Amino acid sequence: MNSIITLKDIVVEFDGERILDKINLDIKDKEFVTLLGPSGCGKTTTLRIIGGFINPDSGTVYFDGKEINGLPPHKRNVNTVFQRYALFPHLNVYENIAFGLRVKKVPEKEINKRVAEMLKLVNLVGFEKRTVQRLSGGQQQRVAIARALVNHPKVLLLDEPLGALDLKLRKEMQIELKRIQQQLEITFIYVTHDQEEALTMSDTVVVMNGGVIQQIGSPVDIYNEPENAFVADFIGESNILNGLMLKDKLVEISGRTFECVDGGFGDNTPVDVVIRPEDITIVAPDESQLCGVVESVIFKGVHYEMLIDAYDYRWIVHSTKAAEKGASVGLKFGPDDIHIMHKLKETEQFGEETPDEE
Amino acid sequence: MKNKLISAPYLVWMVVFILVPLLMVAYFAFTDKDGNFTLNYVADVAQYSQIFVRSIWLAAIATVICLVISYPLAYILTGMSKNTQSTMLMLVMLPMWMNFLLRTYAWMTMLGNNGIINSIFGFFGLGPYKMLNTEGAVVLGMVYNYLPYMILPLYSVMVKIDKSVIEAASDLGCNTWNTLFRVVLPLSLPGVMSGITMVFVPAISTFIISRMLGGGGNLLIGDLIEMQFLGNAYNVNLGAAISLVLMVIILLIMTIMNQFGSDDETVLM
Amino acid sequence: MKKISKVYLGLVLMFLYVPIFVLIVFSFNTTKSRTVMSGFTFEWYAKLFRNEIIMSSLANTILIAVIASVTATILGTAAAIGINNMKKLPKAIVLNITNFPIINPEIVTGVSLMLLFVFFAARMNLEFGFVTLLIAHITFSVPYVILNVMPKFRQMDPFLYEAAQDLGCNSRQAFFKVVLPEIMPGVVSGFLMSFTFSLDDFIISYFTCGSDSQTLPVTIYSMTRRKVSPEINALSTLIFLVVVIALVLKNFVERRSESRSLKTKEESL
Repeated sequence: MNSIITLKDIVVEFDGERILDKINLDIKDKEFVTLLGPSGCGKTTTLRIIGGFINPDSGTVYFDGKEINGLPPHKRNVNTVFQRYALFPHLNVYENIAFGLRVKKVPEKEINKRVAEMLKLVNLVGFEKRTVQRLSGGQQQRVAIARALVNHPKVLLLDEPLGALDLKLRKEMQIELKRIQQQLEITFIYVTHDQEEALTMSDTVVVMNGGVIQQIGSPVDIYNEPENAFVADFIGESNILNGLMLKDKLVEISGRTFECVDGGFGDNTPVDVVIRPEDITIVAPDESQLCGVVESVIFKGVHYEMLIDAYDYRWIVHSTKAAEKGASVGLKFGPDDIHIMHKLKETEQFGEETPDEE
Repeated sequence: MKNKLISAPYLVWMVVFILVPLLMVAYFAFTDKDGNFTLNYVADVAQYSQIFVRSIWLAAIATVICLVISYPLAYILTGMSKNTQSTMLMLVMLPMWMNFLLRTYAWMTMLGNNGIINSIFGFFGLGPYKMLNTEGAVVLGMVYNYLPYMILPLYSVMVKIDKSVIEAASDLGCNTWNTLFRVVLPLSLPGVMSGITMVFVPAISTFIISRMLGGGGNLLIGDLIEMQFLGNAYNVNLGAAISLVLMVIILLIMTIMNQFGSDDETVLM
Repeated sequence: MKKISKVYLGLVLMFLYVPIFVLIVFSFNTTKSRTVMSGFTFEWYAKLFRNEIIMSSLANTILIAVIASVTATILGTAAAIGINNMKKLPKAIVLNITNFPIINPEIVTGVSLMLLFVFFAARMNLEFGFVTLLIAHITFSVPYVILNVMPKFRQMDPFLYEAAQDLGCNSRQAFFKVVLPEIMPGVVSGFLMSFTFSLDDFIISYFTCGSDSQTLPVTIYSMTRRKVSPEINALSTLIFLVVVIALVLKNFVERRSESRSLKTKEESL
């Protein structure tokens, strides 16, 4: 597959503050890509650069292999679904969707046909004459999607489009969006801070923090093989501990040594150790070399979440079996449940390539 | 939209027709007829301190009367049904749209010795009383002309007060008066402040009301300024100096008023 | 309590309307008396329409109001767009200067413009008259347009403009197709304010008009300075009638658009 959009060394500064720091990103045609990160990480800025609303201070944007720096938004073959929809309040549903086509002076008959198609695609047939203010959040969302897609963009940009919806509606719309993307076979670039949303919908997830890309990968890769402690912490819940890499495949945590599968860090190197809460099993104290006291047990629906105090660290453990509060328990995990990561000195250095890696 | 040039015509207009004229007022206030710097005219303003005191005094009385009349009125209005409210509001505003010269003229004809009021008094064997050309007539004219300017801001602030706040006050043990003083009054303070400025500023600077209802004996600052520019006294430099002092007084009062936290946009329509 | 409220409201409305009704009643009086109705006549109305000074100043007033309010609306809307995009400090400076004609006493604005025009009259071939009146009216109108349009920008979703661009509009198309409809209510109310203030203005016109080009309020003023003339009563009656019709019409339009939006609300439910 070809790249449809390529960002090369994109830098954006605002009032002397670096919003994006040398972003390099390759987005393939017909892919569902999610930019994921906390607020202020630069994900929306990245999207706005692709949309043409911001020009980077340096770096190049390619669309279909052609440089498009400085090309105004109305000349780009991308369309955007805005955060709070930005529907035109003075126009009804039909006219909102027809807006882009009218600007391009598409013949009336063609407009009619394409708007009707879109209304069908987003399940809003019969809503043509409604004023947009009177629609529910979910309906407004659908109009916003239809208004963008009616122009047949090659790429659809979505800026936290589901942020304003309640949980149930959000889940429905996630499935709906994925269906639309697959049906139309176009590229979606989706911005969200909700990791679950990102993992559910995407082909590729781009995790960002502090204006820097932390990791690019499939949802499974991102979850199972986080590249650093930030990604591990941001994607799902994690236990992140200070560790010492004694030698390859042997790590010391809380004064105990554990076998692991990672290597190449150098002997006696301080590292971050990440262990997922669901990878930990609770056993009897004598079956494990790591023991602690259960501090709290909360029922979470599918599983119990337990906080266990052991050797100056409060472990989060997910299990379908609840332990007794106050009980002494052992924590057990296998070598491949231990993920070893380079220590990061400061947040700004997240994701920076460390010279001695691999 | 990013194009700032679009406001350029206005910016030029603003500088030439707002800023420069005001600077010219300051310039004329501090120079004599030959253009030399002097403080004489500004110092001369002190001679007219009596007129300044009278203007401030009469405008203040008129403002207080407006407030006393308007406050209960605005409060009563907010308790009425939506339709009655808008009709009443329209009735209050309607006289405002008639030129104030005509409104003042109406009182001129009514207050005169041969006016309708004295003839009613005469019917009962009273009078005639001298009502026209008195300070009282001037205050009456101010109250009559500027009353809507007090009612409107008061009403628009009071109507926004959440009814549940008032219910909460009575729930917490306030009777009607307590509610009024402890809850409604503090919440309506911004309206009071903008009402005061909207009545006081035109009242202190008027020259029509004093001329038509006050005769020649009750000169106000406005009359004084008008006489320097268009009257027999013709003295542009002195007129500019008086205008400057008037402007400073009003700016001072506005600043004091703003201290009470009325950053609300004034209600004009 | 209810009864007292109603009596109070009635008294205030009486205070506001009795003088106007007295004017109206005596506009039909056969003699010039302001106390005794001696008979019914339309004579003063006939005289009014034959009065060339009044008729020409009326035409002048309307012409100036139309030109001034249209110009002020265009100038002010463009200015609001630019000001909205300014950085904090220049924005604050421009808005503060813009506010001057609103907060300053009208007499100061009038006097300051007069000084400017005198300066130009002495150096260029400028005469007090139509042009100076027009400039003055535009100057005091623009701030009201800006004041009305600016909040609409604040209320507008800032992404609408980008959405329009995203859907293929260049900046001009985006402005006319999306931004303008959004700020239209502010533009319209700014225009209406300018228009009515321009029609109604006396003080600033008084200082900036010439002898050959006057507005209706200035003419009314000179009429009230002379001896009693029931033509003024007739004129007041007509103006009152126009104001009532205009306000009723405005209310009617507002109610209709309100009920229309209510209807669409019901449809969507």
